[in-house]
Amino acid sequence: MNALSLPPGLAGLAVSLTLSCQALHGLAQELPAPVQQAQQARIDTMARAARTAVAVFESGGNGGGSGVVITPDGYALSNYHVVKPAGTYMRCGMADGNLYDAVLVGIDPTGDVALIKLLGRDDFPVAEMGDSDRVRVGDWCFAVGNPFLLATDFQPSVSYGIVSGVHRYQPPAGTLLEYTDCLQTDAAINPGNSGGPLFDADGRLIGINGRCSFEKRGRVNVGVGYAISINQIKQFLGHLRGGRIVDHATLGATVATDERGRVIVTDILDTSDAYRRGLRYGDQLLSFGGRAVTTVNSFKNTLGIFPRGWRVPVTFRRDTEVHNVYVRLAGVHAWEELLTQVEQTPATPPVPPPRPRPADAPPGGDRDPSDPPPVPELPGPPPLGAPGRNEPPPAEVAQLIEARPGYANYYFNTLNRDRVWTACRQQGDFHSLTGTWILAGQFSNAAPFEIQLGNDVLAGQFPASRDRVDPRIDLDQQLLPHGSGGLLPALHLWRRLLQLGPQDFGEMYYLGTVPLPGRDGLFDVLVGTHNVVETHFMFDPQTGRLAALEMYPAANTDPCEIYFDDYRPVEDRWLPHRMTVQAGDTVYAALVIERYELAP
Amino acid sequence: MLIKRQQPLPRVHALVACALLAAAGWARPATAQSPSLADVIETIQPKIVKIYGSGGLHGLEAYQSGVLISADGHVLTAWSYVLDAEEYITAVLDDGARYGATLVNHDPRLDVAILKIEATNLPCFNLDEAVSLQPGDRVLALSNLFGIAVGDEAASALYGTVAAVSPLTARRGAFTSLYSGPVYVLDVPTNNPGAAGGAVTDRQGRLAGLIGKELRHALDNTWLNFAIPIAELRSSIEAMRAGRQLPRRADATARKPATAHTPAALGLVLVPDVLPKTPPFVDQLRADSPAQSAGLQPDDLILFVNDRMVSSCKELVEELSFIDHIDAVRLTVQRGSELIDVELKPR
Repeated sequence: MNALSLPPGLAGLAVSLTLSCQALHGLAQELPAPVQQAQQARIDTMARAARTAVAVFESGGNGGGSGVVITPDGYALSNYHVVKPAGTYMRCGMADGNLYDAVLVGIDPTGDVALIKLLGRDDFPVAEMGDSDRVRVGDWCFAVGNPFLLATDFQPSVSYGIVSGVHRYQPPAGTLLEYTDCLQTDAAINPGNSGGPLFDADGRLIGINGRCSFEKRGRVNVGVGYAISINQIKQFLGHLRGGRIVDHATLGATVATDERGRVIVTDILDTSDAYRRGLRYGDQLLSFGGRAVTTVNSFKNTLGIFPRGWRVPVTFRRDTEVHNVYVRLAGVHAWEELLTQVEQTPATPPVPPPRPRPADAPPGGDRDPSDPPPVPELPGPPPLGAPGRNEPPPAEVAQLIEARPGYANYYFNTLNRDRVWTACRQQGDFHSLTGTWILAGQFSNAAPFEIQLGNDVLAGQFPASRDRVDPRIDLDQQLLPHGSGGLLPALHLWRRLLQLGPQDFGEMYYLGTVPLPGRDGLFDVLVGTHNVVETHFMFDPQTGRLAALEMYPAANTDPCEIYFDDYRPVEDRWLPHRMTVQAGDTVYAALVIERYELAP
Repeated sequence: MLIKRQQPLPRVHALVACALLAAAGWARPATAQSPSLADVIETIQPKIVKIYGSGGLHGLEAYQSGVLISADGHVLTAWSYVLDAEEYITAVLDDGARYGATLVNHDPRLDVAILKIEATNLPCFNLDEAVSLQPGDRVLALSNLFGIAVGDEAASALYGTVAAVSPLTARRGAFTSLYSGPVYVLDVPTNNPGAAGGAVTDRQGRLAGLIGKELRHALDNTWLNFAIPIAELRSSIEAMRAGRQLPRRADATARKPATAHTPAALGLVLVPDVLPKTPPFVDQLRADSPAQSAGLQPDDLILFVNDRMVSSCKELVEELSFIDHIDAVRLTVQRGSELIDVELKPR
């Protein structure tokens, strides 16, 4: 399948290569031990990595691509454009010679990533996660996968090369499939390699191969393959595990480079969080998401690695003053727009039909001047047989598939919602505590407070006010006390979740994982809507405890944020003894709770 | 024209690193302790130039690659349509600094050109340290293929092997390549859109060749991946830089003879001069004229007059006006894909 051929007149070369091969054979015994050891180590690394690769086939055996297993219980990464034709059920071959049933879990259509789950084992060989931000141009790497669907015996192909570029930006192909901050390699990536792993020299997963620059040479490798960086995928993984259709983010502002090479805000939506945090037209963007912004491309690159809704640090300069803020990122697509495109758009851009060629034209022909300019293409599966003949899943697999509008596979959303709630319940069972809850203590400035959370009334005695809220009517009109963003209704929803659980809270789903400002790691998020307000509950995955909540009284407004800390047992339940309350840029109070009374 | 120049420091670091690397490479052969590929590539990157110019229509990419060959801004690149509009050539260095570039000269025999940007203290390849390669040698190829990199983004790096050193037998479209000398045939797909003019170096980052244009093999139509050895380009580069092939009008000391040659006196009828730069194609030849006796033919394209480059009908007339009518005139013409030298002897 090597497309490279040498000019005739070099026939002697083949002979000399043969000779040198024979010479090499004799040389093998003379090679220094370190060289032989290095080669053996490379062989071992590739063998170990290749065991984690997956050949993805549509259930009917039509087409397919590649993937890689990342957890022992069978979660595997692939491309959206690979799994799209397969639907929710597919079959996956691995190097052990077995064909495993697999189901779709979650998709990131913009980033061209899909998470699937292989079934039947809890001891799958697992690819070791790498750090794609540490990859340098010139590092050795290798791609494993199923190019040209050669893996009829499920034995993956390995191609070796170097990293040719890092932090590459490749604009959207069609309406979706934007590759931001991706890796570029000269390891051969061919049709069928899509979705497969790119490993570093030590066999750590650094990317998911998905795209190539093709042009006049046809749909084969021309030394330019792109892999979605694994660090980007790590940030989407929580969302993907939740069975969701995940969107990418926008700042709500456009930028351009000015004549002095600075990246300047040229337009900004006044409904965006960036605007509420103070970003304005003409401000210079200095850093975004923890990375310096030097060019428009570098900004687009960094923007592309974040899921919709994440809060990221932004540094900007106005005149001489530098501002550091955290900004919530909105979705890059309107929700309906994303769903429509997932429903309708073919995942692989349509390939124009071949043009008729004059009979005397050489095979492969020169580029037709009227052809569109080259754009990177997706090395999708070559068509095999008739499309659209997918088989229905067997009954035991069908149990793991639940269709619901807006989800890739709702089964996994319920699974994670219940996982998070089960862990939270380990910290205390509040189910029977249906009476009034009393929280008393003092503000950090020693002023006393008392809060009563009842079924019919929420009452609070605060240093500056006494407030009452009726929880039975719309909460968005009762954001009391003033300046808190709605502490009383937010605590009511906190009590409601603890007491009723997600099933009875109201409409509640698992969002995925998000960072919290100033805290390490990612937090599981449940999103619930009750009495017209939407609340995000963030759980610490280590302890299962609720770490924070954000109550959004309306779209495009600042939420009431509460951060829960200093968990201590009250009787046999763990409860937070410090709550930091914030609305917008203002910290309303840090409540130190000295007394809980939770009436049954 | 300097629009942006922000980070002078890395350049200094790169220079120092380059010096250290060169010293290390010279002191001992490549061993386990030799610099990593990533380190070597970092020393090459600041010497690679992204070049933008004409094109952008009908599948002709308006970009290509180049290499810095002098600290004061000489850029070696491929001679192509991208350089057609001399006043609109832009060179972007790896730190994102953007310059308007002037065309110093070009050599159609080798399909190379030299540009100049107004800058100093640039990292560059020293042509005196260029190396020659043998089949089996490992090479790095750096270029802005497919125009992937913009601004301060780094050129793309590919790694491969010299498969052969062989005469070039290639064509572009219907025309065969003018250059038919030895090239490094590479086993990696180096010759992609925008790659022409990029660098091929050895494992230590020393310049060995210039990535050629996209060409197909003349016999089997496969796309070729090749680089022209620097050794083949050396004398041309020196001549271009010295301006020896420049038209005489560029030389302020040149004097015109009292009676000079004209196309008409030589029996040359050129195509109508209707463009600012009409290529000097021969339209007709007068019978029994020096031009006809010398064997010129209609449709010949005149490239050089006494080894001086002429790129338009006006330049040809101007160049002839520096040659006394009693002296012979040597013309280099392109006929199809051949270069032919003829001498026109005055009557």
